[in-house]
Amino acid sequence: MSTQSRPRLLITGAGGALSQQVITRLKRSCDIVAIDFRQQVYLGDDIPSYCIDLNNRSFEDLFRRYRFDGIIHLGRLRTSELTRMRRYNANVLGTQKLLDFAHKYQVKRVIILSTFHVYGAMAYNPALIDEEAPLKSAGLSADLIDSVELENLANIYLWRYPELNITVLRPCNIVGPGVRNTISSLLSSERAPVLAGFSPMMQFIHIDDMADAIVLTWQKPVKGVFNVAPHDWVPYQQALKICGCKRIPIISIPPAVPKAIARLLNLKSFPHYLMAFFKYPVIIDGRTFAKEFGFTPKRSLKEIFRYYRSNKRPV
Amino acid sequence: MSLASFLKSRLVPAELEEQLNRIQKPIGSLGYDPWGFNTDTLKIGFTLTRPVYEKYFRTEASGVEKVPSEGPVLLIANHSGQLPLDGLLIGYALASRPEKPRVPRAMIERFLPTVPWLGNWLNDLGAALGDPVNCAKMLENDEAVIVFPEGVRGSGKLYKDRYQLQRFGSGFMHLAMKYNTPIVPVGVVGCEESIPAIANIKPLAKLLGVPYIPVALPVVFPVKVRLNFGEPMYFDNREASQEELTERVEAVKTEIRKLIEKGLQEREGLF
Repeated sequence: MSTQSRPRLLITGAGGALSQQVITRLKRSCDIVAIDFRQQVYLGDDIPSYCIDLNNRSFEDLFRRYRFDGIIHLGRLRTSELTRMRRYNANVLGTQKLLDFAHKYQVKRVIILSTFHVYGAMAYNPALIDEEAPLKSAGLSADLIDSVELENLANIYLWRYPELNITVLRPCNIVGPGVRNTISSLLSSERAPVLAGFSPMMQFIHIDDMADAIVLTWQKPVKGVFNVAPHDWVPYQQALKICGCKRIPIISIPPAVPKAIARLLNLKSFPHYLMAFFKYPVIIDGRTFAKEFGFTPKRSLKEIFRYYRSNKRPV
Repeated sequence: MSLASFLKSRLVPAELEEQLNRIQKPIGSLGYDPWGFNTDTLKIGFTLTRPVYEKYFRTEASGVEKVPSEGPVLLIANHSGQLPLDGLLIGYALASRPEKPRVPRAMIERFLPTVPWLGNWLNDLGAALGDPVNCAKMLENDEAVIVFPEGVRGSGKLYKDRYQLQRFGSGFMHLAMKYNTPIVPVGVVGCEESIPAIANIKPLAKLLGVPYIPVALPVVFPVKVRLNFGEPMYFDNREASQEELTERVEAVKTEIRKLIEKGLQEREGLF
């Protein structure tokens, strides 16, 4: 029987660019098992990789076989993917399974990736939102319910099973090479829609910095909920301009009009349920995380936007 | 060249740019702060406000030097005149004072961020949604913040109610005590008569989702405006009951009332 010296780590969402960045950073110090519920991803001979649904019964076999010390849960269906029900099943119920197994098999550290979307975009948002602020998103859009429910679930497990050492990270817009989310698609496009007369302040974090933040979180087992965002801000339309995007204004009032247009066009890069995020700011305060984990983002907004400007037609 | 840069190069005189450059703000790498404040837009706004302040309203600011030159400070003033001209003039008075100018931030009505262009433009100039979290974070940043505790009760009042202070919210006092922030009372005289309203069309206002629709002539009268800044008031941060808090708010209100009286006595006519 071999003795295990390195921590054994389960990382979900292996098909995503962020997971792969985290794996690259941690593979020297940890034995990593990667999973993805959409595809089997080859990550090298030394990293077992599986295509598995968290709700599948065989998922528990992984816990029996590998006896994980920690889990970094980055895999989730984005709001633009599949139906609301499928997303709920995968993101919320799947995470519940993962946390149940984590408890059953005595995992000592769990990191869950959430999103700043949980705060919801509305006119009455103050800037520099703290972690204690109410999560209004579920009341504003049914398509974001799974994001809030996932957080509620994580919070229940955080208090019920403190030995899991759960940390929930709420990053701002993650952007950079390989990122396929809504905002990254917009920044990399030639033309991007904007709501006429509205240019909300936004925050962007480079994928490399986000991966660094996750690694720091892994290294310091402080449980809790943390915003992750650089202390830097730019209006949406200014960001598009710097990225070399031509702005296409859409009628913005009354609010039903842009929503109807977005529904009609069914643009994946400008979904109707995220419309409010292009109208009102959701500026989060990432200083608590930065202080607690000693995190300083290394890539500036200029560097981020330069990448999008010079890669207008990514392969 | 962006529109803002073009306008700045055409409109903003060099000495003014230099003066505003001396006022440091905690801004990010692209020139914005979390609320959207942008130095370039401020310079344009400041340049455009100058003739409004000096020529149109012939504003006289007295005691502006009493505003502390650094650290957090709350400028508490009476609100009037349908449009937030009073905030603009107080802001200009402080930013243009010769000794240690400051660019104050203004807390604006909750419906303004929902108005296209205007909401963003006000943010660019340094105004932000009137929310206690916003105000608290700004005070933490050592900002000077303009607050009108009467809110829309003050700005939307009719001509017949001019210079009658409406109910003051107490949020500013909570923040002043919590953040050990001095309060500088400001009495504004003149703005009340700039857009005299005789009625408020409440059903239409409700329909449009705005706080009021005044029945008034579509003109801003060039009345003479007087701004009287009072001595800074300090309140300790010990636990206070609601009654004590109300007393403190009343003390500020009384000072503002005195400053308004002073302004009314000083003026020789509306224009």
